[in-house]
Amino acid sequence: MDMSQQTLTPEKAVTQQVPTSAKVVARDVNVYYGEKHALKDVSINIPDKSVTAFIGPSGCGKSTFLRCINRMNDTIPSCRVKGTITIDAQDIYDPALDVVQLRARVGMVFQKPNPFPKSIYENVAYGPRIHGMSRSKADLDQIVESSLRKASLWEEVKNRLQESGTALSGGQQQRLCIARAIAVSPDIILMDEPCSALDPIATAKIEELIDELSQNFCIIIVTHSMQQAARVSKRTAFFHLGLLLEEGETNEMFTNPTNEKTQAYITGRFG
Amino acid sequence: MTALYFVTLAILVAAAFLIGRHRAQSLIAGGAPSLHSLPSYHGMLPMAAVLVAMLLTFVIGSNIVARYAQSSSLAMLGAETVADPLKRSAGFRDIQNIAIGKHSGDVPMLLKEAAEQFASASTFGNWMVYGLGTLLGLFAMGYFISRISPVYRARNIFETFILVVMGICATVAILTTIGIVFSVLFETYRFFFDPSLKGRPTVSQFLFGTEWNPQAALRADQGDIKTAFGFVPLLTGTLLITAIAMIVAGPLGLFSAIYLAEYATPRFRAWVKPILEVLAGIPTVVLGFFAALTVAPLIRGWGEAYGLSVASESALAAGLVMGMMIIPFISSLSDDVINSVPQSLRDGAYALGATKSETIKNVILPAALPGIVSAFMLAISRAIGETMIVVMAAGLAANLTANPLEAVTTITVQIKTILVGDQEFDSAKTLAAFALGFVLFVVTLILNIIALQVVRRYREQYD
Ligand SMILES: Nc1ncnc2c1ncn2[C@@H]1O[C@H](COP(=O)(O)OP(=O)(O)O)[C@@H](O)[C@H]1O
Ligand SMILES: [Mg+2]
Repeated sequence: MDMSQQTLTPEKAVTQQVPTSAKVVARDVNVYYGEKHALKDVSINIPDKSVTAFIGPSGCGKSTFLRCINRMNDTIPSCRVKGTITIDAQDIYDPALDVVQLRARVGMVFQKPNPFPKSIYENVAYGPRIHGMSRSKADLDQIVESSLRKASLWEEVKNRLQESGTALSGGQQQRLCIARAIAVSPDIILMDEPCSALDPIATAKIEELIDELSQNFCIIIVTHSMQQAARVSKRTAFFHLGLLLEEGETNEMFTNPTNEKTQAYITGRFG
Repeated sequence: MTALYFVTLAILVAAAFLIGRHRAQSLIAGGAPSLHSLPSYHGMLPMAAVLVAMLLTFVIGSNIVARYAQSSSLAMLGAETVADPLKRSAGFRDIQNIAIGKHSGDVPMLLKEAAEQFASASTFGNWMVYGLGTLLGLFAMGYFISRISPVYRARNIFETFILVVMGICATVAILTTIGIVFSVLFETYRFFFDPSLKGRPTVSQFLFGTEWNPQAALRADQGDIKTAFGFVPLLTGTLLITAIAMIVAGPLGLFSAIYLAEYATPRFRAWVKPILEVLAGIPTVVLGFFAALTVAPLIRGWGEAYGLSVASESALAAGLVMGMMIIPFISSLSDDVINSVPQSLRDGAYALGATKSETIKNVILPAALPGIVSAFMLAISRAIGETMIVVMAAGLAANLTANPLEAVTTITVQIKTILVGDQEFDSAKTLAAFALGFVLFVVTLILNIIALQVVRRYREQYD
């Protein structure tokens, strides 16, 4: 299946225009589900070690774009991606690139917490195991502990690492999923509405965690909550009907949007 | 008569529903305050009442009529006939045949009169039942329709009615099961403990004896031919064949399930799954002669080529073909289970960089394990209970062996062998079938309990 058709024409080799701080660079990304044109000519630079939020009415293609960045769209047979996406100036749709290694560098957290039906320990150890990242049991224990610590879950679960991950509360499950993603030491963490299934207290914890993680990771978060975008993100991108309409500093965008659709959406007049 | 009754029933049922619903609807149209129940409930309640009243009248009434017609006509043949069970059933057969005009030849006057009595009693009684049923039906209908009003809680009453019907169905199913178990249990008890039974074994002889030779028990007059009811060779035979079947069907079924669920294109799956399921529909007799006439000679040929001695009826032949029989149970059920593992778990694994096979091995199969285990247990139960293939392919010799190239026999085959042909019902040999049946039941039950436990322990780990 031809999922990674790309346009490698010289004039599209645009990496040189990009500020050096950009971690992820997308140029003219188009995504089709069969006949449906879900994402149209999206170009964006996403900086490292900060939080970028994708907002927009549902169905506008936020998740679709997010899934392009770790090539999760490869798992959908009808999906075709065109255009260029680079991470650290390396084309991720290059046929020579190993998607397994890409996904080790780009972690993902989903809308609904999806821990494996295994113990808490095994959930976190799963990634390091399949990537052969630990040489000994002690090594693995170390990775599990530090990942759980980074996900602010260690104190709550350190005495029950062998219990099932699915027995945790929703918020804890989501932090477990974050720990699971962190365990393979990615550079980028993608989060697709990570709080939409959680209560306000659990949401506050995750937001706090995102803030901490942004010191070390490039975080891209899809959210339907304007307040959340305002609270956690440094930059915001507004999608509408498959187009990236506006993108910039979160503060600026929320106080002084240039696009009238953005303004209407932010002030709650549609979406 | 019966036809007329049910036509009337159908008409009344339809009428009750339509009238009831119409009454309720016209209440609304007439500007009544809002109804407690929807109009259709006001229709269904009288409908259910008619159905119950008329069905009950029919079942009870016809029963009474049949008994009355029988006893009153038999009474005319004299007290002597009534007293003797044999004469009585012969007499009644004659009466019935004459009544429907199927009796040929001369008919004695007495019989003729009895037959007339029988016919007239039946006809009269049936008309009575018809009349009574219709009346009760109309009454039930009228009662519930007259009660229709905005506040009438037709929905609640109808729900209760449904609850009772469901409860009765469940009770019947449970009671039937209990009845079967107890009748088997009772005969099993007689087999071990009835003092009038010659040649019966003790429980420990049965459970631990290594020789099975029930045939001799019939010929007690031929002196002391040794009878033996040692159950062990049957158990090992059953287990041997089941094990061979599972060795064949386990991997084949599971791997084809994984292929169908995870790798095959939807189109391929839509074609292949039904074909696999057809395999489950092949009558076991057909599989049996396939085993006996095709597979067994083939195995013997191979065995001889390697210098092995293979019995013409072998456990291997029966086990292989039985394995074929249960492949669809495993593959189809496991496929369903694997498909019901949430996509979010797959996504979670892929997002961590797991390959497809890693995802299947580490995430999907563990999540699907309870369902897969119960599919295997179902398959094992089928294999243990299967008779025909073994009768035809594995033989009747109760050898205590673990060699799949020898002939063995199984519990079900011995039950069948014991009960086929003319039987004295009171011999130890016949009752042995009940003991075997009971043991079979216990073995299957234990398997099911284990399967349930496994499923329960792992259930709700994902939702
Ligand atoms: N697997 C899929 N197959 C077909 N169409 C899809 C699929 N996933 C998403 N789409 C379509 O693509 C568009 C964008 O979807 P999505 O990226 O999920 O939107 P968002 O996350 O912004 O709500 C929607 O119109 C949706 O119907
Ligand atoms: Mg989405």
